[in-house]
Parts: sequence; structure tokens; C-alpha cells
Amino acid sequence: MQISITSSEQAQIQRFPWIITIGTPLLAVILQSYVPIHLHLFSILDLPLLVTLVFSVARRSPVGGVFTGAIIGLVQDSLTHQPLGVFGISKTVVGYLGSSLSLKLDVENPGSQFLMTLVFYVVHQGIYLFVARGLAEEALQLNWGHLPIAAVINGLLAVPLFAALDKVKQAT
Amino acid sequence: MEVIHRHRNLTIFLIVLVAQVVGLAVQVKRPTDRGSTRLVRFWAISLVTPVGQAMVHAQGWVADLWRNYFYLRGVRQENQRLQQENLHMRLEQVRMAEDAGQAQRLQALLKFKEQFISETEAAQVIGSSGSETSRLVYIDKGARDGIKPDMAVITPSGVVGKVVRVFPATAQVLEINDQSSGIGAMLEKSRLQGILKGTPAGEIMVHYIMTDEKVEPGEAVVTSGGDRIFPKGLPIGQVVQVSPGPETFLNVRVKPAARLDRVEEVLVITKVDERQREIVPEAPRRAADILALRLPSIQIKPPAANPEAPTSSATVPPRSTSPPSTGAGASSGASVPNRKTTENTASNDGARGVNNGEPQKAKVVEPKPAGQQHDTQTKENSQ
Repeated sequence: MQISITSSEQAQIQRFPWIITIGTPLLAVILQSYVPIHLHLFSILDLPLLVTLVFSVARRSPVGGVFTGAIIGLVQDSLTHQPLGVFGISKTVVGYLGSSLSLKLDVENPGSQFLMTLVFYVVHQGIYLFVARGLAEEALQLNWGHLPIAAVINGLLAVPLFAALDKVKQAT
Repeated sequence: MEVIHRHRNLTIFLIVLVAQVVGLAVQVKRPTDRGSTRLVRFWAISLVTPVGQAMVHAQGWVADLWRNYFYLRGVRQENQRLQQENLHMRLEQVRMAEDAGQAQRLQALLKFKEQFISETEAAQVIGSSGSETSRLVYIDKGARDGIKPDMAVITPSGVVGKVVRVFPATAQVLEINDQSSGIGAMLEKSRLQGILKGTPAGEIMVHYIMTDEKVEPGEAVVTSGGDRIFPKGLPIGQVVQVSPGPETFLNVRVKPAARLDRVEEVLVITKVDERQREIVPEAPRRAADILALRLPSIQIKPPAANPEAPTSSATVPPRSTSPPSTGAGASSGASVPNRKTTENTASNDGARGVNNGEPQKAKVVEPKPAGQQHDTQTKENSQ
């Protein structure tokens, strides 16, 4: 596993074709909504989180990460019965931290991508729980037994997702 | 200003974050005001659900093609099995109709008001929230189809949840295993009442049953009707585990009757009537009529199909007095005058045949002169 430190000057801001920029998050939200009604185990994945993280890290733009996280999170909130903003805030933080981290560290390595996704998944769940209970006054509890397994599975899925997006990105 | 420019990224991050926190606070402060977020939800749902709906319909089309054209093996055997099962159920239905009738008469005497599900709307599940912390599904029926918030959603197996938000073509259904869900529940045998809630793991538990009460695994749990959403008596599930809970209450874990993790088609209860039973004077019935009601059906062969049907002298008079409204079909004797059945000693043999799982076919004979009948009997005996 290699995590090397790079300077901000070395890091390039990456862009994606607009069809990928809009289509991938939309597809992630649709799959997250549709597949669990037939395959319940699928709900252990958090595709919108993975897309937020992958886009934020690959773009290396904190502002882009903030807006990517906020928009995906708010769309995800709209599909739940909770107030808007619970997923929005969590994913905004993940988007900002992910893109900021990518400016400081080289996260091209699959091992570091896995580790980073694993950590961010736990961070996301922690922020989500804090916002839901502390701000939205929802009497919500997390299934803590699921958390490590879900973090590992999401981390594993993130690696091919990073690789797939790596092929379509356009350096500027 | 220079500081803000230098920390542009952090500033934008904080602005977006604070905006969402404020928006969240407004929603929490005014929980009943759904109008402020309705537009955002409407657009998001309009973006996601049509794709889900198209996928579900495409999947249904392929599944139908497979089931109706390629997967017909064993249909004949299944048909026979279902016919046998149907006979058993008709017999059971007669017995239950008698019991229900008795219960209804008692309810009328006690001036009970009871609820009837008078209208339902069938709907298909086209999506979910996709989150384990929000157990919610989307159905393909909405305000245009008469769906309103707080309507109960069920399947033939049991309760699924209730409608929480309605859009023109879709509606959100909060499942009973969501953590924020709560419905009035009752244990069917002991009649103990509690509140059924979801757990983080997606299970359902009945709360507020005292520890000194006796609850046994396997007992059925039904809706109590206390929440004014679900009519009383709908099946919820079965008790699977009972353990001491917080304070003086039990933790009663319930296995849902409906498959909540893969529910595909549902019924939305759109109208529930409440009315008081009236005593309808019944025509007096003879004991023989009541006995006839409890009998299984007798299949009558058309005379033209088998004119040389074997005859038997062990005949009984047809049961001609059965009311036509009974489901048992025991009134067949009444519908075929001048015909006799070879059902020995009438009712008992027929009932036994059905109970053995092999219903005896009733033979239809033409009335013949006494001497001829005797000859036939002798022939049969010699065989």
C-alpha cells in the first residue's frame, strides 16, 4: 500500500464528461432505490456515498466535492421520510474532506482507496447519526453489528469504481 | 475579505453546511409544514421513480413471458392438487360460515360496531429509500388513484405499512419495521395490547406488555385498531421470542407475516366502513338442512355423457331442501330432480371421502323399475 504526500501544485484538477458527471450519481441513486426491493442485501451498499467520494477524490476540487456531496445527499434525503439535510450534511462533509485529502495525499493506489473508503464510510455513518439524533430529533439507532461489514464491502466496491472513473477522466 | 478569499474552499464548505443546518432546523421546528420541502422531494422522486417503474414493468413482462409460455410443466398436476385443496377448503368454509354467522348474531345482539374493508387499490412496489435507516417503499399509485396519507397498506399475508406522502403518480409507504413506525398491535390469543415498532436491524417488536403477562412464542399478532389507521384483526405476524425488556415491560419479537424485505404487490385500503350489525330474521331451518350444508359437493355427471351408467339400489332420497346460497354445493340433489345418487348412507360417506383427500365420485342413475334395480344390484354384487 502506498500513500505518498503530494503538493497542491502537483495535483491536477480532473474533469469528467458531463454525461458521466450527471449520469453516474443519478444511476447510483436509482440503483440504490430499485435493487433493494428485489435483493435486500444490496441495501448494505451506499452507492451515493461511494460516488460522492470517488468524484470528490478524483476531481481534487474541494468546492466540487462540497456541491457533489450536498446535491447527492439531498436527492437521497428526498427518497426517505426524514427531513431534508440529514444525508445532505453527511455527504457534504465527506465530499469536502475527500477532496481536501486528495490534495495532500496520493490516493491512486487501490489499497489506499480501499482504506480511505472504509474510514469515510464510518465517518459518514457517525455524522449521519449525529445529525439525525442531534439536529433532526429522530430517535434513530444504527445497526452497529453491520457497520464493520458494510464498511469493508463498500471499501471493496470503491476500488473498481475508482478504476472505472479513472479511465474516463480528463486531466486539465 | 482577504481571509475569506484565501480560505475560499473552507468558506464555501461552511456556507453550504450552515444552509443545510438552518433548513433542517426549519423543518424540525415546523414538522407539519411539508410544503417547504415538497417541491424538492417532488422533483427528486419524479427523477427516480419513472426509471424504477419502467424497470419493474419490464421485469414483469419478462416474468410473464417465462411463466405463461415456457414454464408450464407440471400445470396439470398442480391443477389436480388445487382441485383437491379446493374441495377441502369448501368444506372448511361451510364450517367457518356457521361460526361466523353465530358470531355476527352475537355481535348484533351486543350492538357491536365493526369495520369492513370496503375498497382497496392494488399497487406495485417500484422502489425503496435505499437506506437501512429509512424502511420505506414507493408504490405506482398516487393521488390520481385516490391514495391519501395515513391509508393502510397490506398484502394478503399481512400488514405492510402506511402511506406517508402522496405524489400525483406515486406514494411513499412507511413499512412497519421502520424505527419511526408505530402501530397498535394485539396478541390474538391472550388479547394483550401493545405498540409495534421497528428496530435498527429491521425487525419488529411489540412494546409495553408487562413482564407479569404470559406471552408464548408462536402466538399470532394482529392489529388492534387502536391507531385508527389499520382496521382491527389484520395479521401482523407471529411471536418468535420473548425476553425481559426495559423497566417492567417485555420485549416481544415478532416475525412479520408479510415479506417486508421483498414485497412486490400490495393493497392500499382506500375505504373502511364502520357499521352496526343488524339481526336479519332467518327462515327456520330443519336439522337435515343444516346437515346438508356441512356436506361436500357432489359432482353430477350429465345424463347424455354416460347413459349406461352403472346403477345401484343403495340409493337415498336427494337432499332437496338446501338453500342455494351455500358454498358447499351440497344442494346438488335439489337442482337435479328425479335423480338419485349412489352415495351410501348419504352424508357420512361423502364427507369421509373428502376428508381422506380422495373425494368419491357420486354416480347418477336414472330411476328404474324395482325389478331392474334388483338385477343391477345382483350383477354388481357378483362382480
